[in-house]
Amino acid sequence: MIQFSKVSREFEVGDERVRALRDIDLEIRDGEYAAIMGPSGSGKSTMLNILGLLDRADQGQYFLDNQDTTALTEKKRAALRRQHFGFVFQSFHLVPRMTAAQNVELPLNLDGVSPRERRQRVSDALDAMGLADRARHRPSQLSGGQRQRVAIARAMIMQPGVLLADEPTGNLDSTSGQEVIQALEALNQRGITLIIITHNPVIGERANRRIHMQDGAIEADTVAA
Amino acid sequence: MRPPDVFAFSMGALSGARTRTWLMLLAMAIGVSSVLLLTAVGEGTRRYVNNQFMNLGSHLLIVMPGKLETTGGQPPILSATEVDLTIDDAIALTRSHSIRRVAPLALGSAPISYDQRERTVNVIGSTASLYEVRKLKMSAGRFLPGGDPTRGAAIAVIGDTLKTELFGSSTALGQRIRIDGQKFRVIGVLEAAGAAGVGMDLRDTAVIPVATAQSLFDSPSLFRVMVEADGHNAIPRAEKAIIDILRVRHNGEEDVTVITQDAMLATFNTILGSLTYAVGGIAAISLAVAGILIMNVMLVAVSQRKAEIGLLKAIGSPGSQILRLFLAEATMLALLGTFAGLVLGFSGVWGLAIALPDFPIGVPYWAPIAATGTSLATGVVFCLLPARRAARLDPVLALAGH
Ligand SMILES: Nc1ncnc2c1ncn2[C@@H]1O[C@H](COP(=O)(O)OP(=O)(O)OP(=O)(O)O)[C@@H](O)[C@H]1O
Ligand SMILES: [Mg+2]
Repeated sequence: MIQFSKVSREFEVGDERVRALRDIDLEIRDGEYAAIMGPSGSGKSTMLNILGLLDRADQGQYFLDNQDTTALTEKKRAALRRQHFGFVFQSFHLVPRMTAAQNVELPLNLDGVSPRERRQRVSDALDAMGLADRARHRPSQLSGGQRQRVAIARAMIMQPGVLLADEPTGNLDSTSGQEVIQALEALNQRGITLIIITHNPVIGERANRRIHMQDGAIEADTVAA
Repeated sequence: MRPPDVFAFSMGALSGARTRTWLMLLAMAIGVSSVLLLTAVGEGTRRYVNNQFMNLGSHLLIVMPGKLETTGGQPPILSATEVDLTIDDAIALTRSHSIRRVAPLALGSAPISYDQRERTVNVIGSTASLYEVRKLKMSAGRFLPGGDPTRGAAIAVIGDTLKTELFGSSTALGQRIRIDGQKFRVIGVLEAAGAAGVGMDLRDTAVIPVATAQSLFDSPSLFRVMVEADGHNAIPRAEKAIIDILRVRHNGEEDVTVITQDAMLATFNTILGSLTYAVGGIAAISLAVAGILIMNVMLVAVSQRKAEIGLLKAIGSPGSQILRLFLAEATMLALLGTFAGLVLGFSGVWGLAIALPDFPIGVPYWAPIAATGTSLATGVVFCLLPARRAARLDPVLALAGH
């Protein structure tokens, strides 16, 4: 469970201070499917980065499963990231020199999982994304949709509870965007908390919870019936 | 992360950036191989000089007229002497039990002619003992005969270069040559090997009896007296005997300088040894330069791989792990570069050894150790800064590529 209590984040750009998040209160329960929407610069990415412990709040508190993360060391935050969160980015962020399988394997690799177990889990993850026959391809040899599905497989390989996706379909045509959204929703149906930032209202409509942001604040937070 | 995975990750990163990797390998390899090559040449020079001294004969002491002034601020010079070294001085030295042989040397330069050919070379006056003292060898005939050194004879032993210059391929033995107008009979030709040597090259000289030389040059004084001690242990006693005997003969005045072969060799060894270290040190600077290049290239690599570093952080890799990954990459690079440098350096030395068969080139044992140590250390040390920069990147900014 994710709880924000009066979370604020400011950026300094030259002499100016930009208030990217203003006193955000938010609670997202396990297994939810939430879409974050709002105009450019409204603070969506900033909020998601703080949620995923990539960034820190300047003020306020962030509880992850009732644990206060605000004062944790960088090392602890890295460990929590590894256990709890999977990230999917607009620009995929695959390592270009590695094959699809190696990209998916990377988190297991960094965590010191045995090669034997790794092979099994990677092939299962690629299978689940319908990419079994693309395991040895490099990112440059894959379509955008395939790349994003490799990225999802990688995000899921550590079996996180929460999947954070910042405009996952932003670089994709509508067909492959559709496939990617379906893949993400399938994971949500298996119990994973799914939080997607999107500019696309059609995608936003599919989520049962819609969070609208404006000027660093939550303007509307609706749950579909 | 498991060590084989760290290895695979680093190798992947290195081969993913070919140009950069080759550039750094080249820099390290050049540094390491130049350390090997330069120190090998230095060591070869030292060995060469050593061999030359060995050719000079063993247990050798050289007596020079004049006292080497080593006190005072002036550079050491031989003071002009009133009292000269004479043949009688040399004969007197043979009385000591510590001295096995004594070869007086008179030196002058004179025109030597045969038929229509003429050549001005050094003429050395000595005795039969020179043959043993200098460990000479004959290619034809024999050396000066023994007997009373104060008695002259019109006979000459010539060096191999001089023989070729005067006689070409025809035989020299028994021929009459003119030295400064006087007739001499050639009784022997020296072999080239052994005649060369530090300080005195006998290949292009004529050796005549010392008494004859003195009358030829119209001077009773000797240039040097070469003394062979009675074994290696006798060298210090021989040195003392020479000084004592000559002091008595020269009215209580210590007016000669005695140089032992050991002392000369030790001096040369020290000079050439430190030269080798110095040259090695200069070559090691090229390794430091390579280190700076590595740092630069790694800094560029870190900024080029920001997105990758951001991703590693996003998937939960702590900064310490990222630091280790970059250091592992640098270590691997340094190892490969060092290995390439060792191969390059040793093949260079091998090539030189083949090209210059007479030059005893050889890598001193410490050079590969020092070169490897220096290159690994520079590789890792100069990578610390870039690696720390990578480890401290802000994940959000890194992911955005800033
Ligand atoms: N690292 C930063 N330095 C300075 N300002 C920043 C930084 N990151 C975000 N901002 C500012 O904070 C505000 C919120 O940015 P954020 O990226 O969260 O917006 P967003 O809603 O994700 O927009 P978009 O839809 O364009 O991605 C913006 O005004 C942005 O300029
Ligand atoms: Mg954004």
